Amino acid sequence: MLAIEDLHASYDSTPVLRGVDLSVDEGEIVGVIGKNGAGKTTLMKSVIGLLEPDSGTIQFDGRDVTDEPSDARARGGMGYIPQRRDVFPSLTVEENLRMGESINEGGEARYDAVYEYFPILEERREQKAGTMSGGQQQMLAVGRALVGSPDLLLLDEPSEGVQPSIVAEMSETIGQMSEETETTVLFVEQNLSVIDALAERCYVMEKGRIVEELAAVEHETVATHLAV
Amino acid sequence: MIYDTLNLLFQFLDSFAFIVLATVGLAVIFGMMGIINLAHGEFILVGAYGTTLSYGAGLPLALAMGVGVLATTVFGLVLERTVMRRLYHRPLDSMVATWGLSLVTVQLARIGFGNTLSQVGTPLGSISYGAFSYSAYRVVLAGIAVAVLVSLYWLFMYTEFGTQARATMEDEPTARSMGVDTGRIYLGTFGLGSALAGLTGALYAPTITMTPELGASFLVEAFVTVVVGGSSVLVGTSLAGGFLGVVNATFTNLAGTFIGQVAMLLAAILAIRLLPEGITGLIDSWRAKRAEGGQ
Repeated sequence: MLAIEDLHASYDSTPVLRGVDLSVDEGEIVGVIGKNGAGKTTLMKSVIGLLEPDSGTIQFDGRDVTDEPSDARARGGMGYIPQRRDVFPSLTVEENLRMGESINEGGEARYDAVYEYFPILEERREQKAGTMSGGQQQMLAVGRALVGSPDLLLLDEPSEGVQPSIVAEMSETIGQMSEETETTVLFVEQNLSVIDALAERCYVMEKGRIVEELAAVEHETVATHLAV
Repeated sequence: MIYDTLNLLFQFLDSFAFIVLATVGLAVIFGMMGIINLAHGEFILVGAYGTTLSYGAGLPLALAMGVGVLATTVFGLVLERTVMRRLYHRPLDSMVATWGLSLVTVQLARIGFGNTLSQVGTPLGSISYGAFSYSAYRVVLAGIAVAVLVSLYWLFMYTEFGTQARATMEDEPTARSMGVDTGRIYLGTFGLGSALAGLTGALYAPTITMTPELGASFLVEAFVTVVVGGSSVLVGTSLAGGFLGVVNATFTNLAGTFIGQVAMLLAAILAIRLLPEGITGLIDSWRAKRAEGGQ
């Protein structure tokens, strides 16, 4: 589904990714774990195409998308959920969801499923997204990406700035959704409970490189990698 | 008495139509894209010249106006592709570029067509009441101004293009990562703003003298209205157009056109002094207060 080879990327002239290799198979839920500054968000931005890599390749669904702009990748089936719940604050909940329709061109819009996973979004349809709580905005960001039935869901630190109780609920919903709709998920995270609940396997990222691959997610091992 | 009221009403409709139509094109480009288009007046010039020249070539007026709008739209789209798209998020550079463009366009119009064109006559005759009469065409313009505002509101609030455009203006990278071709949205919005400026030029072509500087007479109203209106483009333009229109019409009626203009600009200065965020800024802070009070 996704194969990244020797990916280098930088902000201005500061290198952030220094040769990342990873792959995600169809139907898998894969986590990339690492501390702040490891390059996790940069990795996600490079995968969706918001950041142009210096070198390396990104293959998605069997084709090379390294030079495709981000909107083409989204229409090709990538559903991106930005960090810090980047919803459009002055658009209503419904309008935000409608923005997700262009993800995975030709796919069916799945409002019913999204409203079933997150009933609050249906309740607040008419409300401006910016007036909702952090957790609700995160649900909206997830819902927005799901509406277009993406083949690959890219989640950038879903727990960031969200209450712990909601984090647990959301990890469960995402896991359930991935299973029911056979959606592949790649997420980056440093929150242990999300990694425990969600990941089938993980990569450990440090200073812009993948330093280890964990075939099974064991609480203690993961905790060691995240410990300061 | 009733005639005085009618006079004032017609005067208001006239001011309102002029202010709104002078502003909409600028408001769409500035409000949605943040570009301060100092060549806005010359977009209007292209619309007016396109209309007048094609009317002179024998087209019926309505069709000639269509040509004016089309010419301005193409003018805008070509500029977006060649110049403006390099200047997004560079407000000062885009001001200098559009100012230069304005100078070039005015001089090219002078070189190409001389200092004046033969005029299109004002169509539709006049409405008479008592000892007074009023141009029917100017009343139609007021109707068109309202229709333009309503259609723009519908376009931006209820269509897919509108939603995508608002999302793009708010957060371009996120919109792009949702599959929106933001380059096309920018092109479309700029084209729309150009078409609106062209429409203004086309509609006013029969009422103003065709000189290469005609754009300047729209510029003051346009910028003043955008600033008084504030961040919410369409609502701001409508409300500011109404407010400035009332002031302009009242004082024009009392003391003539010149004093009407002075009063309108003074009102604008006061409005900007008292409401630095514009009229819609005031509405937003009212709403925020009410929301707080409700909790």
